[in-house]
Amino acid sequence: MHTLVKWTALTLAICLPLSAQAHRAWMLPSATVLSGEDPWITVDAAVSNDLFYFEHFPMRIENVGDVSEQPAGQRARQAAKLQVTAPDGSEVKPQNGAIGRYRSTFDLHLTEKGTYKLAIANNGLFASYKKDGEMQRWMGSAEDFAKQVPADAEELKVTQRSSRMEVFVTSGNPDDAVLQTTGAGLELAPITHPNDLFAGEAAEFKMLLDGKPAAGAKVHVIPGGNRYRDELGEIKTTSDAEGKISITWPEAGMYWLEAEISSAEGVSAPATERRASYSATLEVLAP
Amino acid sequence: MPKRLLMPLLALLSAPALAAELQLEVEIPRLQVAEYHRPYVAIWLEQPDHSHAANLAVWYDVKLKDKEGEKWLKDMRQWWRRSGRSLEMPVDGISGATRAAGKQSLSFNSDDAPLKQLAPGEYNLVVEAAREVGGRELLRVPFTWPPEKTESHSAQGSSELGQINLQITP
Repeated sequence: MHTLVKWTALTLAICLPLSAQAHRAWMLPSATVLSGEDPWITVDAAVSNDLFYFEHFPMRIENVGDVSEQPAGQRARQAAKLQVTAPDGSEVKPQNGAIGRYRSTFDLHLTEKGTYKLAIANNGLFASYKKDGEMQRWMGSAEDFAKQVPADAEELKVTQRSSRMEVFVTSGNPDDAVLQTTGAGLELAPITHPNDLFAGEAAEFKMLLDGKPAAGAKVHVIPGGNRYRDELGEIKTTSDAEGKISITWPEAGMYWLEAEISSAEGVSAPATERRASYSATLEVLAP
Repeated sequence: MPKRLLMPLLALLSAPALAAELQLEVEIPRLQVAEYHRPYVAIWLEQPDHSHAANLAVWYDVKLKDKEGEKWLKDMRQWWRRSGRSLEMPVDGISGATRAAGKQSLSFNSDDAPLKQLAPGEYNLVVEAAREVGGRELLRVPFTWPPEKTESHSAQGSSELGQINLQITP
């Protein structure tokens, strides 16, 4: 018998990192460049502080292990929806899923040659308001907002939030069908193929917000393995007027890229601001 | 010129030119390790900007069933990136079994592919080796094609490759 932790006035219907200061949510593939006729990869998904270490919570993903139970101490969250797209556009189902104390794990059978995309995308509203003198926080869908947030809430601030997390994997020759963006939220449109990254070389990407170039997106890139060094080694950059960023990888390894942009434009009521974020785990090989 | 020399001279001038040759010696080092596996080796020609020109040889485990040996082709990282990943293995005349430790010789003639199609210019001969439960090494030997005179070039590896000797003759 476990205890579901319920938060008053809080219905957390989506799983989102709350802000840049919160823990990082990431997927870590066992490899991103595969050769051979019958490759598989295994992917770990976790929420943690350090990259890429499992020390906080597993990422709960639908159909990856039994996500019906919530370990004690965790907020009630709905499991994330993982979409894996094959080079031909078809969906790949995760196999052998399991959820443990600190990570979820699943396998993917890469039966086609080409580039695959793993994506977890969310969007919804985030509201803060005062009730009986206390600040309350709420997260949920636009539909639930009207029902769950009191209409007379004081100091109500509503933000539209969207997030997208991606991993790219290539079996054999890379191709670019899966690199197409959806036109919703903050996305990365690769100029350099994400499975063609080598230490010492510069990679170029374009940030898009709702399909249009996102200028001024704050991007930071952190190399994995920070347990064994003092400096975080963060590479900070901002997208230019065309939404472009260029990153020169100092070393081989796995990197976590996070991009964020805030805007008050094009936001529909009840939200007054939108915050869009994008993250990706990128593998950089030695030259 | 005396008439008796004219015919042989004409014959000599109209005879086809002898094919240029590229002779290569790749040394696979003898290593004292607990678990030794013959390395995967890829040998190719590239232009100075590293764009791929031609494959010369790829040695990998061709004997495993279900082509399982292809699983580690990607460990020859540069070859995989520049050429391997767009190939269907095996490739006739290029791919073959892994070779034992020692000096492995290969020779190529400009009458045949791939030298036949090789445009004149600067090239690098590249040798990349990756060994199971071992390391990986890549060596480049620059040369000009076609050679105007017999030339020898070499490079020395330090771990997974020994000496690479390249001799090109016009």
